Amino acid sequence: MAKVQRSSTVNQKISRTIIYIVCISLAVLSILLFWIMFVNATRSTPEIQSGLSLIPSTHMMSNLRVLLDKSFDPWKGFLNSFIISSSATICTVYFSSLTAYGLVAYNWKLRQPFFTFILCVMMIPSQASAIGFYQFMYKLHWTNNFLPLILPAIAAPAVVFFMRQYLLATLSMEIVEAARVDGSGEFSTFNRIILPLMMPAVATQAIFAFVANWNNLFMPLILLTQKDKYTMPIMVSLLRGDIYKTEFGSIYMGLALTALPLFVVYFLLSRYIIAGVALGGVKE
Amino acid sequence: MRRKGVNYSKYGYMFTFPFVLAFVVFSLYPILYTAVIGFTDMKGIIPKPIHFLDNPFQNFKELLFDNASFRKSLINTGLLWIFNFIPQMVLALLLTAWFTNRRLNIKGQGAFKVLLYMPNIITASTIAVLFSTLFAYPMGPVNSLFQMLGWSDAPIFFLQNKGTARGIVSFIQFWMWYGNTMIVLIAGVAGINPALFESAAIDGANGFQTFFRITLPSLRTILLFTLITSLVGGLTMFDIPQLFLAGGPDDSTLTTSMFIYGQAFKGSYMYNRAAAASMIMFAITAVLSGFLFYLMRDRDEARLKKAEKKYRKAAEAAVREV
Repeated sequence: MAKVQRSSTVNQKISRTIIYIVCISLAVLSILLFWIMFVNATRSTPEIQSGLSLIPSTHMMSNLRVLLDKSFDPWKGFLNSFIISSSATICTVYFSSLTAYGLVAYNWKLRQPFFTFILCVMMIPSQASAIGFYQFMYKLHWTNNFLPLILPAIAAPAVVFFMRQYLLATLSMEIVEAARVDGSGEFSTFNRIILPLMMPAVATQAIFAFVANWNNLFMPLILLTQKDKYTMPIMVSLLRGDIYKTEFGSIYMGLALTALPLFVVYFLLSRYIIAGVALGGVKE
Repeated sequence: MRRKGVNYSKYGYMFTFPFVLAFVVFSLYPILYTAVIGFTDMKGIIPKPIHFLDNPFQNFKELLFDNASFRKSLINTGLLWIFNFIPQMVLALLLTAWFTNRRLNIKGQGAFKVLLYMPNIITASTIAVLFSTLFAYPMGPVNSLFQMLGWSDAPIFFLQNKGTARGIVSFIQFWMWYGNTMIVLIAGVAGINPALFESAAIDGANGFQTFFRITLPSLRTILLFTLITSLVGGLTMFDIPQLFLAGGPDDSTLTTSMFIYGQAFKGSYMYNRAAAASMIMFAITAVLSGFLFYLMRDRDEARLKKAEKKYRKAAEAAVREV
């Protein structure tokens, strides 16, 4: 019996070692590629071509100068992406919360059919409607406008689904009743009492909506053709163009600049983001 | 109780109205419009009035039977998805089994989760361009590494090779998503009734048995959810192949979304063909999701419902007889 026990602890030690090796190499892989990107952003093109190095060099400013000289305007892209992403995020979380509250708090005839409908449209990919969407926006003269990238965010079925689950678990109708007795209108009850109560769910969904909008390439690429309207991901696609063919240092610089804001956000909020991913997946 | 008479149901309609309006204007109408364009001869830079083709299904027929590029894009999309999804699922399940095994008690799980999830949050376009730069020819970091380690004497033109190019695109997709899948699955395991694990331990089940007999079956709904979201995401894959190699070499990484984009927005203005291709993609997505829902539906629950119905009918019949 003792022998069996010992062999099983030895086995456990071996498997634990293997597990740590696998996990640490995966973590190193995650860091290493981005580390190479940041390091190469500080190295000159000849240095990059002479071989791999993990130690930063001193050519950051010259890389930045070359990058900015070629009409690459990361600040403009940053600003455009920020305007689109933050407006779309506000639309998504506010209207999804409102819709979810309408689904949970009131008993109306089409409530169940409407919820089923949301479940069905959750999976429709935006690429499926892109051609019609583009033609429609073209007729409205809304291409090269940020509105077609912001307003569709009002209807976000997956976020409504998440908010509904959150409200079902947390909302007590007594609060709503008490507000009614105090003479508060339904709409102001939602804005002043329910929305603040939903803040934890709003915050998680806001992070994801923001990142998704920030990273979106397909729709902006179709709709925005003027250079001063370009978003960050479109700027990244410019780095693959011919004008940068041999300027490796400035390509890495451009990539590093577009990724930097996301790294900052991620390391500030990683705890909430991980918790949000976990919550978002448990959709039962 | 004087307020009992107030009917609040109208607020349900009012509060959900903005959602419905935005959905109808920005999703439903464009989808129907896309479907209509698919049956017309709409092409060219100047928009023309809608004119249906004599044979309304001509665009679809041409795409499916005469267009080698479109068929290739469908096959590529499928291949790229399968070669990213299977390793992604295997690794995510393995990590989940390790991280949730209390006997192993893996330390530093929080840090591992943060680092393994990280690639998911970085812009896919950035990662695609980063990889294409890392694999640059004749001088790039990967080539330097290979020569440093003595694996190759001359620089290798990695991205000229179809298999390598597909492999790298699948790898990027896999690498960006396994962390996400893992966190979702770990959360799913945390939601399983602990009594199940306890009784399995008392019955002397080992790690493998517990994982395959208890953990996996309990995760069925979450696995379905992951499968469908990954499937829809995979079918619409665009950013990575587009910015990694723009479909090359020789169209080997051309996906369906890129085909649609290329037909409509890269100078040929073939809106009708692009719209028909979108509808084919939409139909495939819908059929696959429907099929998966059917496959993974809760069989026990369905049986229970059937039995209940039968029982109720029997009871009704009994009542009537009396």
